[in-house]
Amino acid sequence: MEQAEISRKVQARFGERIVSAGSFAGQHWVIVRPADLVEVLHFLRDDPELDMNLLTDVGGVDYQGFPDEPDWRFEIAYQLQSLKQNYRFRVKCAVTDDTVRVPSVWQSWRTANWMEREIFDQFGIGFDGHPNLRRILNHDDFEGHPLRKDYPINKRQKLARPAEHLLTDDPEWA
Amino acid sequence: MGLESRLESPFLTTTVDAVINWGRKYSLWPMPFGTACCAIEFMGVVSNRYDVSRFGAELVRFSPRQADLLLVMGTITQKMAPVLKQIYDQMPDPKWVVSMGACASSGGFYDNYSVVQGIDELIPVDVYVAGCPPRPENVIGAIVKIQEKISREKAADWR
Repeated sequence: MEQAEISRKVQARFGERIVSAGSFAGQHWVIVRPADLVEVLHFLRDDPELDMNLLTDVGGVDYQGFPDEPDWRFEIAYQLQSLKQNYRFRVKCAVTDDTVRVPSVWQSWRTANWMEREIFDQFGIGFDGHPNLRRILNHDDFEGHPLRKDYPINKRQKLARPAEHLLTDDPEWA
Repeated sequence: MGLESRLESPFLTTTVDAVINWGRKYSLWPMPFGTACCAIEFMGVVSNRYDVSRFGAELVRFSPRQADLLLVMGTITQKMAPVLKQIYDQMPDPKWVVSMGACASSGGFYDNYSVVQGIDELIPVDVYVAGCPPRPENVIGAIVKIQEKISREKAADWR
């Protein structure tokens, strides 16, 4: 099945709840609101024809100051793949600002756990239902979210704490 | 010859500093702190083509407590900084530090929120090696520079 066909199928199933759909270089996507996100992703996973059992990546985008700035500030892109059918498809979630919380999908795809932590770390978007929403790449004393467009490019934040908490065997830090 | 020729049993006169420095400079034990591609280049330095054992520094120790030459090879992030500091603190005196490559020396092209802009913000550095990554000859050059530095030192300077 072509990606365009997958896109049409999702749009036919959800109708008005799809904010928009687009494509570039043969890759198609649909944009949904946070409230519809889990349902759309589960449809792609559970439909026997699509069977998107693998969540290859979750990434964030900050559109502040973008030439064609959309009505929302952030997007979270879910890259799905079906290992059986070898289909790929992208679902984007429109996040108006950082007060909006997005439902976590870690219970459906365990890989989402760390990817959502990364988005929380770099963009400051909260995920509802996440079991351990802490910073993952930056150190714990870091203030702000560095991949946001309004983060000062020259700002440096040093980790002044001793290294014990990084070297520990404590599973809390593992 | 001086004093030696006047005495029957064969011996040499020298200074304590000269003997200690001679021993130290030809038996450097490196601790490789490899965090990026410079560490791959270090494999070339150690293995047979460039063979750093010609300079007596081939006994790579992965415990800082057994090493006296810290080779920082690669990008040091702010999150890694306390680990590097701790490794340096764990090394017994006398100790020397080589900052290998652009990233360790200046942050390299990672002029961003997460990377330390040169390890001399954290620990004292004896020799900086230019390159991205440096060629093995450059690293051997740095070890020779360290040896020259050692031969100028006084044993009493290290506590």
